[in-house]
Amino acid sequence: MSDPVPEELLDVTVTVNDVPRHARVPARRLLSDFLRHDVGLTGTHVGCEHGVCGACTVLLDGAPVRACLMFAVTAQAHRITTVEGLGTVEAMGPVQQAFTECHGLQCGFCTPGFLTTVTAYLEDHPHPTPDEAREAISGNLCRCTGYQNIVKSVLRAAEIRAAAGPGAGSGATGDAAADAAGGSAP
Amino acid sequence: MKPAPFVHHAPRTVEEAVEVLGQVGHDGKVLAGGQSLIPILNMRLASPGHLVDINGVAGLDEVAVTADAVRVGALVRHARLERDDPAYAATPLLRRVLRHVAHPVIRNRGTTVGSIAHADPAGEMPAVLALTEGVVEVAGPRGRREIPCHDFFLGALETSLAPDELAVAVRFPLLGAHTGTAFAERARRHGDYALAGVAAAVTVDDGVVSSARLSFVSVTDVPGALDVTEAVRGQEPDEVDWSACDDLVRGHLAPEDDIHATAEYRAMLAARLAHLTLAEAAADAVALQAGSGPRHREHEAVGVPREGGPAA
Repeated sequence: MSDPVPEELLDVTVTVNDVPRHARVPARRLLSDFLRHDVGLTGTHVGCEHGVCGACTVLLDGAPVRACLMFAVTAQAHRITTVEGLGTVEAMGPVQQAFTECHGLQCGFCTPGFLTTVTAYLEDHPHPTPDEAREAISGNLCRCTGYQNIVKSVLRAAEIRAAAGPGAGSGATGDAAADAAGGSAP
Repeated sequence: MKPAPFVHHAPRTVEEAVEVLGQVGHDGKVLAGGQSLIPILNMRLASPGHLVDINGVAGLDEVAVTADAVRVGALVRHARLERDDPAYAATPLLRRVLRHVAHPVIRNRGTTVGSIAHADPAGEMPAVLALTEGVVEVAGPRGRREIPCHDFFLGALETSLAPDELAVAVRFPLLGAHTGTAFAERARRHGDYALAGVAAAVTVDDGVVSSARLSFVSVTDVPGALDVTEAVRGQEPDEVDWSACDDLVRGHLAPEDDIHATAEYRAMLAARLAHLTLAEAAADAVALQAGSGPRHREHEAVGVPREGGPAA
């Protein structure tokens, strides 16, 4: 069945991991699909597509948001950071490093959402208690780990950040967030 | 799960937004934070032909504390209002309740005015507007008007906003130095839809209770306030038997069964939370009059990095 009216395409440019990315997409293109299909950054995972599971969480100007609950066209005025912007295999960010050390993942499907969420959380709360770490990840679902190792990973990431000194975080969440957390600009 | 096609409109001013809303009529929907609307679109529970995206409209992102109210613009995200210290000092209930609105990540995007315009009786912010007898400021082709909350909420997800009108702000009136507040809710997981939630405001004058009001989350058809003063008037705040309000509360509730809880369980829970929040609001009122300002509870502080090293 074909659409009765051809769908209008919009020129959309979104800054992703400091690189402007352009595509012609329909207005209904979710940011999560824009990142995966149009930009080709498949690190952002798509789970429930209604905001419950947290797998698609990306940073919008440094603050975590659900990429499945935002249209690409609305994201144009903002800086997006995906899991690809948090570090590389050779130079992992502190949260990625901690998840590796503490076995904070098994299948890895939910992991990109945890990494972005925790990265932003530690900018504002550099020394969480175990209870706070648990609360910080309450909006992300994981069906493998039972969360115990993820909580450990959050606490370990805080240690790694603290040992690296102020301003040595991922740098992904921007100057404003670092300033608000009392750190120096990366 | 993808939304059906729609035409995207990106007005830059309130006047432009109203004009577009007038042109598209019932086929249009306002997009602000989208944290309730976009799931509905993704699941195709709704498929409006036009979305009027107000994220680029200037002048809607301010929180202002005036002599008699906290005014919140239509683009103020929950997280922004939650962190606003002047708003907390003026109406501590706002921060107390915002902590329960979904998960922090959702609060980074969702707007307080959008949550009220969505008019979900399972939403926390409609309950706060009802408890504080707040007002919705509306812009339309016939100019601006103000809608008191009891005329605004008509039913579940139903308001008196016309299709060509835009809610540009809400005002939460200040409750005064003699009125304490409290909020509590229970959910299967913190941040999920509440099984039941209760907001309470208790006024203490000359050492006795002079007013007691409640509003509810997830256990009524329409967001609204319930006055229970008659059951407790004139009693000393620390000696009130709050269960005297039970008949009024039970009469007000219209809970429903679902997979999470039975209607009877929700009613029992709401009545119990009413006792707890009324007692806490009364203690809050007493503390306010002792001159200590709003009772600053440690857990209500925001964004203050902890002292000391990382916890192991």
